Amino acid sequence: MFSATESAETVLRSGWFLENAWLIPLMPVIAFVLIIGFGKKMPMKGSEFGIASLVASLVVSVGAAYQWIQRVDGAEPESFVAPVIKTWTWWESAGFSFGIGQHIDGLSLTLLVVVTLISTLVEIYSVEYLRGDIRYTHFFGALTLFSAGMLNMVLAENMIQLILGWEIMGMCSFLLIGHWWEDGANSRAALKAFFTTRTGDIGLLVGTSVLFFAANAWTQKTLGISGFTVRGLSAWALSGDPGQAAITVGAVALFIACIGKSGQFPLHTWLPDAMAGPTPVSSLLHSSTMVVAGVYLVARLFPVFFTGMNILGTNLNLIVLIGGITIVVAAALAFVQADIKKVLAYSTVSQLGYMMMGLGAGAWMPAVFHIFTHAFFKACLFLCAGSVSHSASHHSFDMKKDMGGLRKFMPITFGAWIISTLALCGVFPFSGFFSKDEIIDNVGHNGYNLFMVLGLTGAFLTAAYMTRATYLTFNGKPRGAAAGAHAHDAHDAHDAHDAHASRGPHESRLLITIPLMILATLALGAGFLNPVPLGEKWERMTRWVEPRAEVISPTGISAVASGPGQGRVFIESRTQESKSESPCGTSTPTGGICVAPKLQHAPFKWSKALMSMLIVFFGGFASWVLCVQLYGKKNPKLVGLTKRNKALGTGYMFLQNKYYLDVLYEKIIVHGIAHPIAQAAYWFNQNIIDGVVNGFGLLARKISGWVYRNVDQRVVDGTVNGSAAAAQGAGAVIRPIQSGKVNQYGALLFGAAAIGALILVIINT
Amino acid sequence: MLLNEFLFLGAILFCIGVYGVIVRKNAVLVLMSIELILNSVNINLLAFSLRNGSADGQTFALYVIAVAAAEVGIGLALVLLVYRNSRSISLDDLSEMKG
Repeated sequence: MFSATESAETVLRSGWFLENAWLIPLMPVIAFVLIIGFGKKMPMKGSEFGIASLVASLVVSVGAAYQWIQRVDGAEPESFVAPVIKTWTWWESAGFSFGIGQHIDGLSLTLLVVVTLISTLVEIYSVEYLRGDIRYTHFFGALTLFSAGMLNMVLAENMIQLILGWEIMGMCSFLLIGHWWEDGANSRAALKAFFTTRTGDIGLLVGTSVLFFAANAWTQKTLGISGFTVRGLSAWALSGDPGQAAITVGAVALFIACIGKSGQFPLHTWLPDAMAGPTPVSSLLHSSTMVVAGVYLVARLFPVFFTGMNILGTNLNLIVLIGGITIVVAAALAFVQADIKKVLAYSTVSQLGYMMMGLGAGAWMPAVFHIFTHAFFKACLFLCAGSVSHSASHHSFDMKKDMGGLRKFMPITFGAWIISTLALCGVFPFSGFFSKDEIIDNVGHNGYNLFMVLGLTGAFLTAAYMTRATYLTFNGKPRGAAAGAHAHDAHDAHDAHDAHASRGPHESRLLITIPLMILATLALGAGFLNPVPLGEKWERMTRWVEPRAEVISPTGISAVASGPGQGRVFIESRTQESKSESPCGTSTPTGGICVAPKLQHAPFKWSKALMSMLIVFFGGFASWVLCVQLYGKKNPKLVGLTKRNKALGTGYMFLQNKYYLDVLYEKIIVHGIAHPIAQAAYWFNQNIIDGVVNGFGLLARKISGWVYRNVDQRVVDGTVNGSAAAAQGAGAVIRPIQSGKVNQYGALLFGAAAIGALILVIINT
Repeated sequence: MLLNEFLFLGAILFCIGVYGVIVRKNAVLVLMSIELILNSVNINLLAFSLRNGSADGQTFALYVIAVAAAEVGIGLALVLLVYRNSRSISLDDLSEMKG
């Protein structure tokens, strides 16, 4: 036990990769410039720049992650491990200084590794998938810039840098969804995605400003850093300084941005439409990375949300509520989709709901781990869907019309799909089990019992809709394009390379299947980085990633750590014997600051896990039986049931129309609110303003009649005629000056200037 | 301080410029003459700036240089268009505006 006054000092290890992690987003940016500048002249049309830069970023990320692990393992257990921070001044304006730099800790490294790895695989996949596309080079340019934006957001040192990355992603998302903009539906989807996320982004700006003005004085005084910095805001939120109103408003505003970006209810409607983009885009942007940005923001600024939403003190708060609703609402929507990518899109929305719910309930580590595992299996599922449409169903994504029976033709795709599906459903020992079950478990443990039930319902629905999608795609008899019909050719130009089109369904080429295999392996194995059931010793991710709640001296995070051995932390008070008594998050820290709240972990029980497994199996089984009856045997009792049974029909219509949210937004909000205002303005214009104008007109006409007869005809006309005669005379005199010769004009100008100068001189002397 | 000499140089340049503007028929040469006038003004600005020990005049001179660059750009573009239309840059041929 340490005494209260003694200062302990820890010297942390560092390394080249950790110190230079800021290179990770920079390399794709350079690649983007090269692709746009020289891409078309290169032998691979620019894709080599993108892939090379992402591989380099991947290497730096993995190196940094390795050195971070060494840094954590070298530190004392349970003692705070300082993030590796570097800042430069980006710009200064009116006394405010905006920094740019890196904030590297376990959380950002987790995301950096995931994003660089999946970006690399997706770009390799795209080389084959988009071969021969009309805007091939631009596609790679936008994809690479997108990765740069996400990486920049992930390692952002302050909120301004984070917003920069956030907006780059929004823009690239727009470009990529509308990649085939010749089709009106695609450009509409791109606009919808852009506007919906922009609606949420207002919250990001408001939240950042509110927090800055609330926190800046404290952070400047205590830490000597700006109120934009992530570490400053985190420490401030737990310091007991913030007023409840300011931090709540800031947290809610930021969360609105997360709702938009991460496709949470009720702004989730853009995400399924975003599937209009090419499949690699769906896989990278709209499943595993970009939509995670909102979740990442909550995880990054967790102390702000922790204090602002009073996470451990209630059993209902905004984040949990939105997350919980999203899980069930989106999962239910996945049942009525015929488009395989839309099933996956709703599944993504639902899984993001799990992450949000986990964060909102204080299950920080399981939620972050779910980001990690979900990225692998969801990217894999999307790439499988792309592989199916590329090689079997002739660019159609319609499961009911153009797929079926593909299990035999595409063994690798089928295998990868099954592994990822099992991971998504959370079946032991696939990766989803270790993350999703932990979220559900911890949500219940922290007192949010209702939401634990919602999570379990979501697990049931997930198993059911994924079984349906699997059945429709890979089982039964081939239908439509998969059986050889050539009705669905959405992209004729894109299709020119399809010499194989006549061969019917077959396995895709290596460039497509290799990323699938890598991702499937990770979907299978990634869970073992943090397998809670196997005991604390195995929980490596928790040790490496979860910030340790310890009271540290302000210099611990305000000083910029550079060079090996430089990242020093001075621990001021270690009066507590046990780790569970850390005051962070529960009371005001004395003699130091906290940057992470102390969170509880639910003890693992096999009984609970078994229960959720049973729910998953039951969901899958029920769905399978139903699918066999409905799609396989065409059981007359079931086919057309939604048309015969009124209650079911209503429910089906309700889901088919996505809860009428699109109608609400387009018809009621846009047409219902914006149009009446326009109508009222028009009425006002026509009746009031025009009436006034007309009245004035009538009055004016009467007056002018009198004026015409008396003033105009007699007085004015006389004057006008007289002056016209005078002007004619003068014109005859002056006309020769207007010769049309520039030199003469010049001479006149200078002559006049000379006379003017002369007059000035005479007056002044 | 060579103030008088500077001003004298400026005046000479100015007169050359004015002469060029009035007499020359070639549009490009007229543009060049205008440049001369502008630069004579610059010399005056610099001379007074030196005498008063203030940087204001030099700042103005920099502005004048920037504006002159823009003006030459536009002027040459005009000359080019005029040449395309009438195959000549003689100012005497451009008297459609005659009143």
